[in-house]
Amino acid sequence: MTAMNRLLPQPLFSLFLLLVWLLLVNTIAPGHLVLGTLLAIALPLISSRFWPDRPRIHSPWKLLRYIAVLLWDIGLANLTVARLILGPTRRLHPAFIHLPLELENEFAIAVLASTISLTPGTVSSDLSPDRKTLLIHALDVEDEATTIATIKQRYERPLREIFESC
Amino acid sequence: MLDTLIALFLVIGGAFALIGSIGLARLPDLFMRLHGPTKATTLGVGGILIASVLHFSSRGDGLSLHELLVTLFLFITAPISAYLIARAMLHLRGDDKP
Amino acid sequence: MLNAAIVFAFACIAAALLLNFWRLLRGPTTPDRILALDTMYINTIALLVLFGIHLDLTAFFEAALLIAMMGFVGTVALCKYLLRGDIIE
Repeated sequence: MTAMNRLLPQPLFSLFLLLVWLLLVNTIAPGHLVLGTLLAIALPLISSRFWPDRPRIHSPWKLLRYIAVLLWDIGLANLTVARLILGPTRRLHPAFIHLPLELENEFAIAVLASTISLTPGTVSSDLSPDRKTLLIHALDVEDEATTIATIKQRYERPLREIFESC
Repeated sequence: MLDTLIALFLVIGGAFALIGSIGLARLPDLFMRLHGPTKATTLGVGGILIASVLHFSSRGDGLSLHELLVTLFLFITAPISAYLIARAMLHLRGDDKP
Repeated sequence: MLNAAIVFAFACIAAALLLNFWRLLRGPTTPDRILALDTMYINTIALLVLFGIHLDLTAFFEAALLIAMMGFVGTVALCKYLLRGDIIE
């Protein structure tokens, strides 16, 4: 097990690299499978020093579920934003919201910030230096507390389960 | 049948790309303008890339999925660009001092 | 029908590029112009891929990928310059 760990410090990252390689060459010929596997093993080993605190994924299935929810929400987000953009602009209520963060892992915070930018009417725009609050710009807010509660419940909680498993 | 699906994705993609750019041109301040390109344009390009995947996969020489790579790349980079532009704007306005 | 859809998408992307260009010229602030450029390169990717479907050629894919990477790096460099007054720290 330890030998396995040493060879594959980040198994999911390796799998991702293999997939990217296969997509890039656009074939699943055996030669490219071998080359892709070699790259997928070598690159995490070479770059392992650059990962200050390596994200640990505790439950891959929850990650898959999270991605599915995210894709669905991106679809919805676009309909919402399209309606807001094409509607009368005077009636919009843009606002900055401070979102208190419970996540501590840097990678998880980055994923959360990206998620917020891709989902309905919100763009994350600044992280406080102590990594405790995220500044979000919302295109049209009716109630700040509801927006914060939705984000926390829908995205932050699953991310905590995936990356921190407390 | 497949042609209809491809055409549908092309129309949706083109429409969303246009809506994103209308947002960029029309909304009154920078932070609101950020919303159009990060969401609508990214999905618009995504739609066109999916149409491309379907089109080239239906020609008979195997699956052609490499356009997914561009889509993936755009979905990862769009929030980062938006975040950096927003921070640059906050910095220029002098709002980022603690 | 596919041809009609392609023409429609071409028209949409062309109009989108014109709107972006207008925002690029008009500003008013530098981040606005960066955002306009950023959107322009994303739309260019769509235009290239569309052209590939139209001509039935896969050769445009590499160009689209390169534009995606270069455009992103360009946006990051410009924003970093505004944030720090320096690109390479």
